[in-house]
Amino acid sequence: MRRKLYILIGILLVAGMVLAACGKATPTSAPAPKASESSQNNAPAKTSAPSAKEITVTIGFTQSKTGKYNEESTRQSDGLDLWIKQINDQGGIKLSDGTVVKFKAVSYDDESSGDKVQQLYTRLITKDKADFLISPYSSGLTSSAAIISEQYGKIMLATGAASDSIFKKGYERVYQLYTPASHYLTGAVDLLQSLDPNVKKVAFIYENSKFSTAVVKAAKEYAEKKGYDVVMFEGYDKGTTDFGSFINKIQDSGAEAVMGGGHFQDGSTLARQIYEKKLPIKYLALLVAPPDPSFADLGDAALGVVGPSQWEASANYSPESAKAAGLTWFGPTSADFVKAYKAAYNEDPDYHSAGGYVAGLVLQKAIMDAGSVDPAKVKAALDKMDILTFFGHIKFNTTDAHGLQIGHEMIYIQWQKKDGKLVKEVVWPKEGATAAPLYPLKH
Amino acid sequence: MSKKFFQHASLWLSLGTVLVIGLWPIVTHNALNRETAFTVLSAVALASSLNILLGYTGYVSFGHVVFFGFGGYVGFYTINVLGWNIWMAMLAGGLAAALLAYLLGVAILRLRGAYFALATIGINEAVRAFINNFAPFGGPTGMTLNFKIYKAYGGAMHALQLVFYIMVGLTIIVTILSYWVRTSKFGLGLLAIREDEDAAEVMGVITPSAKNWAFVLSAIIPGMVGAIYFFKNGTIEPGLAFPLRTSIEMIVMIMLGGQGTVLGPILGAAGYETMRDYLLVSPLFKNLQLAISGVLLLLIVLFIPRGLVGWLRQRYPKVRRWLI
Amino acid sequence: MMDALIRSLIDGLLLGFVYGIAAMGLTLIWGVMNVINLSHGSLIALGMFSVYYLFVGLGIHPYIALVLTAVLGLIFGVIIYFIAVHRVINAPELSTLLATYSVNMMILGIGTAIFTTTPRNIPLDLGSIQFGETVVTMTRLIAAVISVGVAVGLFLFLKYTRPGRYIRAVTDNRDAAEIVGVPSAQVLALTFGLGTLLAAVSGGLIATFFPFTILSGETYELKSFVIGVLGGLGNPVGSLFGGLILGLIEGLVPMAMPTTWTPVLEFVLFVLILLVAPNGLFGGEE
Repeated sequence: MRRKLYILIGILLVAGMVLAACGKATPTSAPAPKASESSQNNAPAKTSAPSAKEITVTIGFTQSKTGKYNEESTRQSDGLDLWIKQINDQGGIKLSDGTVVKFKAVSYDDESSGDKVQQLYTRLITKDKADFLISPYSSGLTSSAAIISEQYGKIMLATGAASDSIFKKGYERVYQLYTPASHYLTGAVDLLQSLDPNVKKVAFIYENSKFSTAVVKAAKEYAEKKGYDVVMFEGYDKGTTDFGSFINKIQDSGAEAVMGGGHFQDGSTLARQIYEKKLPIKYLALLVAPPDPSFADLGDAALGVVGPSQWEASANYSPESAKAAGLTWFGPTSADFVKAYKAAYNEDPDYHSAGGYVAGLVLQKAIMDAGSVDPAKVKAALDKMDILTFFGHIKFNTTDAHGLQIGHEMIYIQWQKKDGKLVKEVVWPKEGATAAPLYPLKH
Repeated sequence: MSKKFFQHASLWLSLGTVLVIGLWPIVTHNALNRETAFTVLSAVALASSLNILLGYTGYVSFGHVVFFGFGGYVGFYTINVLGWNIWMAMLAGGLAAALLAYLLGVAILRLRGAYFALATIGINEAVRAFINNFAPFGGPTGMTLNFKIYKAYGGAMHALQLVFYIMVGLTIIVTILSYWVRTSKFGLGLLAIREDEDAAEVMGVITPSAKNWAFVLSAIIPGMVGAIYFFKNGTIEPGLAFPLRTSIEMIVMIMLGGQGTVLGPILGAAGYETMRDYLLVSPLFKNLQLAISGVLLLLIVLFIPRGLVGWLRQRYPKVRRWLI
Repeated sequence: MMDALIRSLIDGLLLGFVYGIAAMGLTLIWGVMNVINLSHGSLIALGMFSVYYLFVGLGIHPYIALVLTAVLGLIFGVIIYFIAVHRVINAPELSTLLATYSVNMMILGIGTAIFTTTPRNIPLDLGSIQFGETVVTMTRLIAAVISVGVAVGLFLFLKYTRPGRYIRAVTDNRDAAEIVGVPSAQVLALTFGLGTLLAAVSGGLIATFFPFTILSGETYELKSFVIGVLGGLGNPVGSLFGGLILGLIEGLVPMAMPTTWTPVLEFVLFVLILLVAPNGLFGGEE
């Protein structure tokens, strides 16, 4: 008797799901996909004057609301959401023919996972009819998403994705906003050389992801050209939590400087374990993790760690410097951006946030330059773009590596102690530095 | 006449179901439907293939996705590096998977029950870890298709459509294969092995070679499916190619529909994959999808271990003639 | 070179002890009732979260939280046994495999919904000790000591207590044990509970020095399979040794080749042992 009850429950469950699945066929009854928004950030659709034509452009993207990229991806989408809110609040973009363009965001959680990204972007394109796409966070996920975007002929603004290899695959509609990976650690090598020309042995340990692999390959070549002896060059798999054997190997190799890492999670764990094991090195430069404010949670383990950054609040790009360089200025200043971001999210932005914001900003400029939202015209505008923003110089390669970012450059930060508190200082290049570098690493 | 007719009726029923799934996006002219149908059909093809080993022969493989991934890698390599076309790549993927199955089968098919299951997990992980270190296949970062390759098929859109038609074709082939195995003397031998391997041996079934053939047959189609799947996605990585969870989902689909039947895995895969697709984007159910699948699986294992088709056959003896 | 070797050895051994009790949870259930608990990994992860929330949420010191986690693990295991396993204990192996796997899916699904897959850390800094050239963190050292303690405790329990003897009786011959009055259903439930207890405790220990998510258990489950086969089923001492061997492999292999080759070796070894000596290198309890 009880058995029949269980079977009945099972059938009801399945039937319920089948009915719900049938409901999916009619778009209205399907649960609305969670449009990107934070609690303070509801984009009110202002009804403009009835006489002007108003169109709403759908921007589609995925964010890593869960999973290992959660930290960086949330900042990136917060930045993007801020831009969408601001542009809609301003009344949208007014084109020369009087059309008003407003924006709507549709997004899904990719769970930091590659196998979901392709399905979700296909859905964004075919079901949600996204007009323009923003990439997910990370080179790996963006690499998968870009294929889908290109297959369907959509324009994708790739932010949070530095790997050069994405742009050697023959895509024509993917545009990169970050400085390419190959430039991430070259400045860190320069900084080391300026601090201590006697150091000769360096070790590269890196996450086996598209991004970090691209970074260290370029950095190794550069370091060797500068006369360094690369005593260790080894990758660790994604999701590694135990760096014990790596740290032992580094110690065994006699390296005095260590560079590499991957993303926030593994980078911070690596930094912590290096500190715990008291690895006797003089210089540590890691990717992605150090510029994130949460890196300070490591406490003393964070002291002295150097990290390349795509942008810092102290960056001094301004309308004046644009004029001096002969470039068009566009968008808010760093100070304005930081103020608006702090007001919206009650925390400081980092370069991931800025990257998210500038993705929207660049799209805005492209639509304004094109005078329309027609994809072909917007593409032409992006191809021609050469501007200076609070984020830096933006210009895209249009020949052998179409879409690769060729204007933007990296700056380097280091965690230091000021009045007993951990603060992030810009230490390189010298022109933009806010403090002298700390050397060597203390244990 | 009427016995043959009824027997073949189950084949038409199975093929009919596959065709309905396959033609639905073509009839509705909808790209999203095509994407959904593609994932459903690949699930059907994988489940039906595994059924040959699990359902008919009774050998539980928890690592069957290794053939999908390996075939995928070989196919991808031939397209991206050797410049072959999709048809040759697909054949290469299938052959590679079959060869792998043959070599592995010789080694591990002598294990029974849970030990065999564990060995298959071990093999899946070993192959994945190996390819993770194998530079010609791209190592940990895998390979990405140079976009220009789609031009040879008339552009990306046409390539996607072509791949879909191929998938429909593969699913039809595996359905016919499954039916043929089930109704042949060879299949009878497999069923005997499932029931009692030692007795089967005594009765004259040459168990090592029969098992090996079953293993190889169950690997070919997943290899081909893998090749076209990753060609469509344009990128392949160890983590994407060898997910342990997929192997187990294949088993769930077979159990849902009815192991050891032709129609069972088809229905089970179609139902499970459709539900999964829906739950994937529903914010409420997105994470509960796994939990719901778990509850379903438990209920089936505890109370209806024969699955839908098996239960129907048991409850209504009259349908046994045509519901295979 | 010698320094590096010693360092790796010590690291590997310490970790190996923890692997050992993780595996014990799996092999105990396997050896006693011939059930492979495919929810082992998710139970390890639950142990991680249990200690995490008790510490971060309620301020209970992790090592005390471990005791609570152990009790919770035991109770949870008994519940799982009666819901999912009891009905199919005598059915073909596929049924128990799938039944425990379904529990795994449920735990992972609900766990992901509640905890999300964002990695967590237990902020426990107890400093470190220096042995010559090697620096060892206290958390790892304590974890190893606790692991040995638990293993010894289990061994004594099985050998000298009444429930322990019942468990051994049921392992040897379930029917015969029932005939002489051993309440086999309860004994099996207790065994399952002990297995999950061990899983939860090992998870809690691992959480004190590695970051984790609800999905972290899978890696340790796979390692537990390997250790189970290495050390022999139902043999707690064997599992501990198996764990040490695995820990050593993981510590030493990277000295000779890129660390990413370690899993290849582990799994090839796993399959080879399955083919050659399925009862493990130390023999199981038969």
